[in-house]
Amino acid sequence: MAAPLTLLLIVAVTIRAVLFRSSLAELISERVEVVSPLNAWKRVVEGLALLDLGVSPYSGDVFHETPLMIYLFHFTVDYAEIVFMVSPYFVDCLSCFLAPLDRFRKQKYALESDRYPADCLELLRSPKEMFYIPLKVAMFYLLNPFTILSCVAKSTCGLNNAIIALFIFCTLKGSALLSGILLALATYQSIYPLTLFAPALLFFLQRLYIPVNLRRSSFWFFTLQYAFIYVGSLVVITGLSFFLLGSWDFIPSVYGFIFSVPDLTPNIGLFWYFFAEMFEHFRLFFICVFQINVFFYTIPLSIKLKEHPVFLIFMQIAIISIFKSYPTVGDVALYMAFLPAWSHLYRFLRNIFLVSCVLLACSALFPVLWHLWIYAGSANSNFYYAITLLFNFGQILLVSDYFYAYLRREHHLIHGLYLKKKDGTEATLVLK
Amino acid sequence: MAAHRCGLSLVCILIFSSLAHPSSCDTLEKANDNTATKRSISEVNTDGSVAGEDMNERQWQSTDVEVNRSDGTKTSETFTPAPAPAPARDQFQEELVIRPLHSGDIYASFQFRTLWDTDFLQERQKKVSHYRLFPKSLGQVLSKFSVRELHISFTQGFWRTMQWGQPFIPSPPGAELWVWFHHTVSDVDGNWKELTNVLSGIFCASLNFIDMTNTVQPSASFKPLGLGNATDHRFLRYATLPREIVCTENLTPWKKLLPCGSKAGLAVLMKSEKLFHSSFHSQAVHIRPICQDEQCTSKAWELRQTLNVVFDHYTSGQGKKEWSLFKMFSRTLTEACPLASSSKVYVDITDNPEGELFELSPATHLLSRAVVLGDRRTYSVYDLTRAETFGQLRSFNLLLRWKGDSGDMLRPLLHAERYVAGFGLQTGEIHTVIYNNHPYRAFPVLLMDSVPWYLQLYVHTLTVTSKSRDNKPSYIHYQPAKDRHRPHLLEMLIQLPPHSMTEVTVQFERALILKDLTSSALVPSMVAMSTNFTQDQPLFSSFVPVKEESSYFVRVYTEPLLVNLPTPDFSMPYNVICLTCTVVAVGYGSFYNLLTRTFQVDEPSPPLAKRLANFIRRIRGVPLLA
Repeated sequence: MAAPLTLLLIVAVTIRAVLFRSSLAELISERVEVVSPLNAWKRVVEGLALLDLGVSPYSGDVFHETPLMIYLFHFTVDYAEIVFMVSPYFVDCLSCFLAPLDRFRKQKYALESDRYPADCLELLRSPKEMFYIPLKVAMFYLLNPFTILSCVAKSTCGLNNAIIALFIFCTLKGSALLSGILLALATYQSIYPLTLFAPALLFFLQRLYIPVNLRRSSFWFFTLQYAFIYVGSLVVITGLSFFLLGSWDFIPSVYGFIFSVPDLTPNIGLFWYFFAEMFEHFRLFFICVFQINVFFYTIPLSIKLKEHPVFLIFMQIAIISIFKSYPTVGDVALYMAFLPAWSHLYRFLRNIFLVSCVLLACSALFPVLWHLWIYAGSANSNFYYAITLLFNFGQILLVSDYFYAYLRREHHLIHGLYLKKKDGTEATLVLK
Repeated sequence: MAAHRCGLSLVCILIFSSLAHPSSCDTLEKANDNTATKRSISEVNTDGSVAGEDMNERQWQSTDVEVNRSDGTKTSETFTPAPAPAPARDQFQEELVIRPLHSGDIYASFQFRTLWDTDFLQERQKKVSHYRLFPKSLGQVLSKFSVRELHISFTQGFWRTMQWGQPFIPSPPGAELWVWFHHTVSDVDGNWKELTNVLSGIFCASLNFIDMTNTVQPSASFKPLGLGNATDHRFLRYATLPREIVCTENLTPWKKLLPCGSKAGLAVLMKSEKLFHSSFHSQAVHIRPICQDEQCTSKAWELRQTLNVVFDHYTSGQGKKEWSLFKMFSRTLTEACPLASSSKVYVDITDNPEGELFELSPATHLLSRAVVLGDRRTYSVYDLTRAETFGQLRSFNLLLRWKGDSGDMLRPLLHAERYVAGFGLQTGEIHTVIYNNHPYRAFPVLLMDSVPWYLQLYVHTLTVTSKSRDNKPSYIHYQPAKDRHRPHLLEMLIQLPPHSMTEVTVQFERALILKDLTSSALVPSMVAMSTNFTQDQPLFSSFVPVKEESSYFVRVYTEPLLVNLPTPDFSMPYNVICLTCTVVAVGYGSFYNLLTRTFQVDEPSPPLAKRLANFIRRIRGVPLLA
């Protein structure tokens, strides 16, 4: 296990180092799919330059990083490459969680195996399969072209991903304090991880065998405790930014920018073209409609998946990456890293082949249509928009497919794999 | 499709050079020879002292006497208020300067100056209501909006510095407006907004398109030209509209501001079909307070209306360089404006001291010599207030015949150009190249660049190189843009090494433009000015400031830039809205399905016939079918 992981790390580092040194690095760092106005490295440098000129970096419309980020880079700007090279390995921590996760599940299974029908045994993963899951997750993240591109472009998205990965790691390790602090940091960085509060809380409750019961004081006690850690760290971090910067300018410039979507530079998301075409009169309404998508599913998903908080985390991260206002391929890579962990769902996926083809084709077509529109002038913005639309369609299908497969597997675990109709013939499962 | 959009970028360079002994500097004179123009735009004043003006007045008075001598001594023409009788509190002067350019074109510059020793701002309690020569429409505007200084210009065409040398008063293509408000104004932005709308009405121009997205407050450029030492740039507003089209409807209201209108005096020459059939047309109004007397005990308001035209008779007129007033303006002069205290026509004959190059008819024995932009020029003077100018025919038609070819034109001392580098619609780089052609003098220049918000500047990519070496600006003021609210403003002070080419580059990114902007223009502009104020003297103390040891400043505008921007395709907004919403709805629908429904074994429902039969059986009370 250690040897392949080391080999993987060496390969990943080599690829990144080679790309950093090659002429491709500059090209990649300009790609709209890889960097967004929120996390482009060029804008970080610009923010630092403004700071040097004595101008508040938030007085313009170029810099949208949080104050802590700019002060981090203020000291490490010369080592930026190293920072970005290192950051993906935090995501490795992600891989480490899966071992305990499955052990946990295995214990649970061993305890309750009597309750599962006998034919479900093949739905459960063998220990050998589980042994390789951390490696697969690491490989899926570190060698994912999306991650590599994002890292080579020095997109700060990689750092945000690292924070989220560390948060998941700490959560799964059971450290409520660290988990709360890291969640606050992730929220501070990009608001949207706010929705991960619910799965983290559910996980801790499950771990501490506290039933989710609104009438139980132990439930409220722990919930308030965790919320206090989270809100407290958020207040401390925000206060720290205020004291570093000396003003609240960053609030509208970072969070206002995320919510009101003023920058319509093309990206892989759904927002830019919609709001470029949207009539000004309806803008506010549709901003609300689009932004609510990220937060909208949290409560129903938490209710539906309250027994499966890790899958809930995956769902939430995927929804964030689809519906956030300035998505990049780095965000996509984060939730894709989870996919090997759900390899046992593979047999229930309905259209994984189609979705894979769509996503691959879109990834290839992004640069092609961008070139046709921006450089060749032989296509127009609609072409690029069509591809972003298809890409998001593919992502939605992928996520809902995994959701479906997960629910179906749970159903089979309870009711047996080979269901029979009343008349004894083979039954088909339908959603009703 | 990516639509083409117009971007304008102006470079304004104000050079301030103090030449201690210009007469001894042969090389300098040579360099200046062709760049210099009639009027020297002299010192920028920041301290408001008037010692210099005092000197000038006396000098002009004394030289006035010497007008008739053409013996090479310093002779100059001026229009000083001093000889005028005391009772007239306002006076009006007019002049026309004609300069044959080396390219064969003819540069005609009209100047009208109205002086009035009243104060709009201080006498507000007893409102100024009696207007004589000063146009009432402008006077009311000045007092209503507490304007201290107002400069507005409308220009059609681009001044080709490389071919024509420096203009008397430079102006950028399109409309330019800059205003200093009085320091008592509390709501400067509100005043500015109203003022632009009022001026838009007065000049029949689209100045109402000036809003916060193209207004800047330069911190170091555009110091007040008149009296006053306030340099708090909060009271300054500067805006340009590079796509403003200047035409007859702007000229007519401009002419109406003149005391004689276009009925008499030099203004009769302004026929719009001729003026606009030219390669360059620029009309401007400058209002500023100046000192009335030597001690500056009282202020006077000066209104200067200028109109500059370059006729391309050489290329459009069968290659002949001959010109006459009638040919240019299809009018001849018959009288001076009766209200004018002075009315003169000047012809630049510096290149033709002995009359070997061209011949003027009618000839005049009046000569004037002046230092213009650091260069000594000689002018033939025709005084329209004298009857003999008009001769027997009661009509004055100036005629110039060329005898030989004019010599080569020397390169202008200072010259700037600008272009956009890069390809594609995503990023680009603005290059500004400034040439200092002076053989041994370094000039400090102040560059001002105002770039609209839809070009996202990256100031960390700003590089200034002279002679392939990094030339670090000693002063940088940068105000980043705010989307849809404010343009970028970049000001920097650069030292131009002698005989050098300085290149300023900055990278930018193009924003996806919105539909409400499809018809608007970009206005990046660059200004340069030096801080080398050697003399405390109000600027433009006369039409022809004469100072032998002149320090002067030049403002240079670069050509406008055309920048392509990526645009959304607005042929199908509804489709886009529908399709995007569909994808969101697909997401919502599939999640909703999975969240609200549960898995069940599909029990096929009985066929329709069986259900019907069961229904009937139930009514009949018979046992149902299985």
